[in-house]
Amino acid sequence: MEKRLEVLKTYKIYIGGQFPRTESGRYYIPNNASGKKLANVCLSSRKDLREAVVAARGAFGGWSSRSAFNRSQILYRMAEMLEGRRAQFLEELVLQDSSRIKAEKELDLAIDRIIYYAGWCDKFQQVFSAVNPVASSHFNFSVPEPTGVVGIIAPQGDSLLGLISVIAPVIAGGCTCVVLASETKPLCAVTFSEVLNSSDLPGGVINILTGKPSELTSWFVDHMDVNAMVYCEKDAVVQKMIRERSAANLKRISFYDQVDWQTEAGQSPYFIMDTQEIKTTWHPIENIAGAGAGY
Amino acid sequence: MAVASSGFSLPEFSPRIDQVGVEERAARFTKRSIKNDSKVQGLKLVLNMIDLTTLEGKDTDGKVKQLCYKAMHPHDALPGLPTVAAVCVYPTMVRVAKKALEGSGIRVASVATAFPSGQSSKDVKLRDTKFAVNEGADEVDMVISRGKFHAGEYNFVFDEIAMIKEACGEARLKVILETGELGSFDKVRRASDIAMMAGADFIKTSTGKIQPAATMPVTLVMLEAIRDFYYKTGRMVGMKPAGGISKSKLALHYLVMVKEVLGDDWLNNDWFRFGASSLANDVLMQLVKMQTGTYQAANYFSVD
Repeated sequence: MEKRLEVLKTYKIYIGGQFPRTESGRYYIPNNASGKKLANVCLSSRKDLREAVVAARGAFGGWSSRSAFNRSQILYRMAEMLEGRRAQFLEELVLQDSSRIKAEKELDLAIDRIIYYAGWCDKFQQVFSAVNPVASSHFNFSVPEPTGVVGIIAPQGDSLLGLISVIAPVIAGGCTCVVLASETKPLCAVTFSEVLNSSDLPGGVINILTGKPSELTSWFVDHMDVNAMVYCEKDAVVQKMIRERSAANLKRISFYDQVDWQTEAGQSPYFIMDTQEIKTTWHPIENIAGAGAGY
Repeated sequence: MAVASSGFSLPEFSPRIDQVGVEERAARFTKRSIKNDSKVQGLKLVLNMIDLTTLEGKDTDGKVKQLCYKAMHPHDALPGLPTVAAVCVYPTMVRVAKKALEGSGIRVASVATAFPSGQSSKDVKLRDTKFAVNEGADEVDMVISRGKFHAGEYNFVFDEIAMIKEACGEARLKVILETGELGSFDKVRRASDIAMMAGADFIKTSTGKIQPAATMPVTLVMLEAIRDFYYKTGRMVGMKPAGGISKSKLALHYLVMVKEVLGDDWLNNDWFRFGASSLANDVLMQLVKMQTGTYQAANYFSVD
């Protein structure tokens, strides 16, 4: 019998709920430690980033105004879909230099982490909101609101767990994001985008690019329509660049270079708060000066 | 060519349109490489060709004044920008717009003739037009009677356009074909020919109230009608695609098409316009991007 032709998977990027190839037509081939070629992966350009930001901005209105409970349901659905594709993720993790046992652990943690943030979707607002005492006749309260479009340079190391640990809190809080996946270990990120595409997540809420942080980080930072940046490497030069150039539109910046995603410290509602902004409302109330306003 | 309205019959001067050919030809205009310098010049030209439009039931004097300010000051942070070509409003808003734009050189266009449906009596349409002109409109955008057109009453359509043209006096007349309701390129071509024969100064694709509005193929059919009419009569007619053009890139494709079909004579706002409201901001964002090198965000630009 003739040998069957192998059908190889094309690793594409994920923008606005679609799987385009990079507009640049470029690709790169990451190797694992033993020198095996992982795949031909899209080398995204600044124009892909531009398209992704347009998609993320377009999705922001709908996603941020969904009920928190519904966002929670969708995150839970993402975890379910991830669970259903265990075998594929395990295989990719092992291909990307993980051991079988470590890969199992990383996958379990990744699924649990989504569930964790699914739970927080409709709870962090209560924890971080406040009613403020003021000296005039106003009801004064502060609530967190999503910042907008978040640019994420994902951790280079934990290619699945790290990715999920930085994405989940951002979308749990109602932001949308454009993520640049790990340059050296991009396989899980692309497969994860296929999970997203089958989990009721509206197109554009999460956009995943593959490529080189050295090429794209500055374009993330300079983009006036990106409202916050998450950066996970220790590179001091890049961190300084991000701090300086984010001033142009006052981006909210988070550096997660000290976080061990494998531990409990890798999950917390404070990660959600990193891409929220506090809005305070002064609501006039009847003058009750005699009684002294409680708030 | 003088055409008496009574002896008017169509097929003689309206050729059939090859739909596949037109679509392929239109698609090819989008493949031109435009280098940075040309792009900046092109974008400024696009801005200068825009009829900044608000045609809503909820329009107020304040909204129109604000739009007029935007027309005169598209983005003051970027010096050296042209103004838009005109502000397009309903007849009742013409006076407000005229006053707000005084001395700026920006024209006021008014829709008329029972816009957008055109379903009214001759008398009402005439008075609608005269009202707009008396209020100070420099340009009148009329709609054709699509129902009559579909029923084959071409003479009616022709006479109506001729009548409105007369009522316009000095004001330039744009004739809206509402191509989204015409159904085929053959009919678009026929309607274009009727409008030009009847005296239109501009032919315009759409009201913006019907989908599909302006597309590149439909605009190409109309541009070719204008070209043929020019060869036949020596009279230039302007073109205004309206509705659905909201991105700079697409607008540049249109300019390429105008240049390659009609030539440089049409590449100014006397002969080519974009009917749009959101296109202006996209053009401004691209111009700022060209200047600063960074991608822009909509919330740094005035809404209108």
